[in-house]
Amino acid sequence: MTLLSVQHLSKSFGGVAAARDVSFTLQRGEMLAIIGPNGAGKSTVFNMVGGQLRPDGGAVLLDGRSITTASPQKRFRLGVGRTFQVAQTFLSMSVAENVQMALVSCRRESGALWSSARHRYRDEAIGLLEQVGMADAADAPCSALAYGDVKRVELAVALAGQPKLLLMDEPTAGMAARERADLMDLTASIADAKGIGILFTEHDMDVVFGHAERVIVLVRGRIIAMGSPDDIRQDPEVRRAYLGDEHALEKPKGLNPA
Amino acid sequence: MDLSFLAIQALNGLSSASSLFITACGLTLVFGVTRIVNFAHGSLYMIGAYTAATLVPRLLELSFGPVTFWAGILASAIIVGLIGILIEVLLLRRIYGAPELFQLLATFGVVLVVQDLTILIFGPEDILGPRAPGLRAPVDILGRRFPSYELVLIAAGPIVLGLVWLLLRKTRFGVLVRAATQDREMIAALGVNQALLFTGTLFLGAFLAGLGGALQIPRVSAHAGMDLSIIAEAFVVTVVGGMGSVPGAFLAAIVIGQLQAFGILIFPKSTLVVVFLLMAVVLAVRPYGFFGRPEVIGGTHAVGIASRERSPFAVLAVLAVVGILAALPLIGDAYVLKVATEILIFALFAFSLQLLIGVGGLVSFGHAAFFGLGAYGAALAVKWLALPMEAALPTGLLLAALGAALVGAFVVRLSGIYLAMMTLAAAQIVFAVAFQWVDVTGGDNGIVGVWPSAWASGPTAYYLFALALTTAVVLLLMRIIDAPFGYALRAARDSAARAEAIGLNIRRHRWIAFILSGAAAGLAGGIYAFSRGSVDPTLLGIPTSVDALTMLLVGGIQTVTGPLVGAGVLHVLRDQIMPLTSLWRLVLGLSIIAIVLIFPRGIVGTLRAWQEERA
Repeated sequence: MTLLSVQHLSKSFGGVAAARDVSFTLQRGEMLAIIGPNGAGKSTVFNMVGGQLRPDGGAVLLDGRSITTASPQKRFRLGVGRTFQVAQTFLSMSVAENVQMALVSCRRESGALWSSARHRYRDEAIGLLEQVGMADAADAPCSALAYGDVKRVELAVALAGQPKLLLMDEPTAGMAARERADLMDLTASIADAKGIGILFTEHDMDVVFGHAERVIVLVRGRIIAMGSPDDIRQDPEVRRAYLGDEHALEKPKGLNPA
Repeated sequence: MDLSFLAIQALNGLSSASSLFITACGLTLVFGVTRIVNFAHGSLYMIGAYTAATLVPRLLELSFGPVTFWAGILASAIIVGLIGILIEVLLLRRIYGAPELFQLLATFGVVLVVQDLTILIFGPEDILGPRAPGLRAPVDILGRRFPSYELVLIAAGPIVLGLVWLLLRKTRFGVLVRAATQDREMIAALGVNQALLFTGTLFLGAFLAGLGGALQIPRVSAHAGMDLSIIAEAFVVTVVGGMGSVPGAFLAAIVIGQLQAFGILIFPKSTLVVVFLLMAVVLAVRPYGFFGRPEVIGGTHAVGIASRERSPFAVLAVLAVVGILAALPLIGDAYVLKVATEILIFALFAFSLQLLIGVGGLVSFGHAAFFGLGAYGAALAVKWLALPMEAALPTGLLLAALGAALVGAFVVRLSGIYLAMMTLAAAQIVFAVAFQWVDVTGGDNGIVGVWPSAWASGPTAYYLFALALTTAVVLLLMRIIDAPFGYALRAARDSAARAEAIGLNIRRHRWIAFILSGAAAGLAGGIYAFSRGSVDPTLLGIPTSVDALTMLLVGGIQTVTGPLVGAGVLHVLRDQIMPLTSLWRLVLGLSIIAIVLIFPRGIVGTLRAWQEERA
C-alpha cells in the first residue's frame, strides 16, 4: 500500500532549479534512498517532504491525503518523524527527558502549567530507549553523549511520535564505519517490525546499497534513475553522473574502513 | 500650512536624518563585522559632542576660521575613534564568542562607566558649543529663514555615505569588512588577520559616532543623557534598515527623519511613539528590516537552565528561607524592612524575566515595560477610578499581561538580537506614552498618592504582604518551569528544528511565556507603586530593564534561584555603596563587565560549580 506519494515536485531558488518534476512513491515498511552528487537537490526534495520548504509546484500525499502545505508540526501529528543531518536534540535535558518531551508533545500536553514533567511518560520513554539500545544512558545529560549515541537518541525521539513515515537526512553523517552499519541495521529492523516507511538521503554508498530496497538518483534536480540497488549500479547514466568516482558504485566489501 | 512651511519641515527632517545616519552607520558596520550590538555606541556619540564642545572653542581662540572649526570636529571624531580601539582591545575582543545577552550587558556596562567618567572629566553642566564660522547667518528659503548650518548637515549625510561606500568598495579593508559581514567564519578560515580587522572596524564605527556627536555642537549643547536617547534612535535605524546594511541605514534614517518632522504636526507629543511604531510595523512585515539578511543559525548558543537532580532538601530549604524572611520584622527596623520589601519586589521582577531568558532563551531587553505597566496600571486605577489597593493591583497585573500579549505577538516571530531590539523598542514606546501623555500619566512628575489599604499600611504589614505575594508567585513560576510547558520552552530554546519536528508550536508557547512573565513583572510593579506611594517614567526606562538583567547576571542565568540571590546582592550593594560615592554607575558598570569576563555563571552558578567539583 502506498504510504507516501510525491507528485511532480518543483522548486527553484532564484534562477536555479533545485527540483524539477520529481515524482516517486514509498510503500509501508520500505526503505528508499535518495542519492546524487553534491548540489543535486537531495536536501531540497527532502525538506519539501518534511515541511521545512514549500514547493513551487506539485504535491506531497501521505496515505492519499495532501500535506503539501502543512507545517512540520502538522506533519508530525499526521505521522511523519524525522532526524537531521546534524543531530538535533535538547542538550539541556537528560536522554530520557528528550524522549519524554516528544511523548508529551505527541499527546498535546506541552501547554500544561501545573504538574511536573520529570516523570511523565518516563516508563514509555525508557521502553523506546531500550529499542535503540540507549536505556542505560537514560539519566545522562544529552550534552555528554558521544555523537553516535546522540543519533540513536534522535531515532528514539522520532519514534516517540509513532510515525508511519520516517525521514532521515544523512543518518550516518559524522559517524564511524561500524556505528553506521549498526545504526542502519537497527533502523531497518525497527522499520520492518512496525511497518514504517523510511526515506533517507545518504552519501555513504555502503549504507545505501547495503540497506535501501530502492534507490532514487537525483542529478541537477531531476530524477535520472530509480530502481533496485543492482539496477542503479549498472545504470550507464548513473555511472556518468558519478564519473571520476567509479569506486563509489562498487559492491560493498564487508566492513570498509571509510 | 503652506508650501514653504512644508519645505522647511522636510529640510529639518533631512538634517536630523543626516545626523542620525552618520551615527547609525557606525553602529551597523560594527554589528556587521563583529556581530555585537554595541550599546556603548551612544556613549561614543556623547563623548564626541563633549570633546568637540570643549576642544573647538580652544582651537578657535588660537586661530578663528572655518578651517579650524572643521579641523576641530575631525580631531574630536578621531579621538573618539581611538577610544573605540581601546574598547575593542580591552573588552569586545574577549566577548566575541559569548552569548548575545552577555555582549549586550557588557557594552551597557561601558555605557554606565562612560556616564560617570564624562561627568568627572567634563563636569556636570551642559556645554554649549560654538557656532560654525561662516555659517552663522540663516538663509532664505521660500521666504522663510533656515539655519545655514542645517544645510551643511543635510549634505554631510550623503557625503559620509559616499565616503563609506568608496571605502567599502575600493580598499582592501573595505573588501574584508564586506566579506566579514557576509561570512565571518569564512574570513577566519582564509587567514585574514581578524584582530586587526575588528580593531579597524571599531575605529571606523567609533569615528562615525564621534563625528555624529561632534557635528551636533552648534545645534544642541553637549549634555548627559545624550547617549541613551541617540542609542535608542540608532537602534531603530539599524534594525529598520537591516542590521549590517549601510544603505539600509541611510534609507531608514531618511524615513525616520521625515516621520519625525511631519509626525510632530499630526501627533504633537508623540514623536517617539511614531518612530517606534514604524519599527514595529517594518519588523512585522520584514523581520530582518529593509536590507537585512536572516541571521546565520548556529551562532552563539542560548544559555539557560538545564535539568538537575532535585535536592531532597529543596522543600525544607524553601520553608527555612521563607520562615527566616517572615521573622525579619522581629529584628529589623523600619528602614531594613523598607529595603527588604524592595528586594522582594525586584526578586519577583528578575524572576519573571528568568522565565523568558533562562528558560525560553528569549533575550527581552525591555522587561521594564511590563514592570512599569503594572505600576502605572495600579496607580491609574487609584487616581482615576479611585479603586482600593485590592482592586488596583490586579488592574496593574492585567494591564501588564495585555501589554505583554501585544508585544509578544509581535516579537515571537523574531529571534536573537532582533527580538532584543524589538522588546527594547516596545519598552521605549510605553516609556514615551507615560512621559508625553501628561494629562493622564502626569508626565515627568508621574502619579502620587498611591497608598496601600489600611490593613497593609506600615512597614511591617506591607513587608509581610509583599513577602506573601512574592513567595506565592515565585513558587508558581517554579512549578511552571518544572511543568511540561517549561520543558517545551526549553526544548524550543535548545533546538527549534527538533522542537518543530516533534510537533511543538514554538510561537504559541513563547507568546504564553511572554504573557505569564509580563503578568508577574506587572504584579511586581504594582507592589512597588504601593510601597513608594508614587510612580514615574523612570520605572519604564532602559536602566530599569538593565537592572533586572543585571540581577540575573549576578545571580546566574543558568540557575533557577539565581535571580532571587542576584536581586538581593545587587540591592544590598547599591544600598551600601551609593551613599559612599557619587560614582555608583561607574562601580556598577565595572562590576557588570567583570562578571561577564570573570564569573559568567554568576554567584549561584559559580557556587554550584565549586560544589560539583568537590563532589
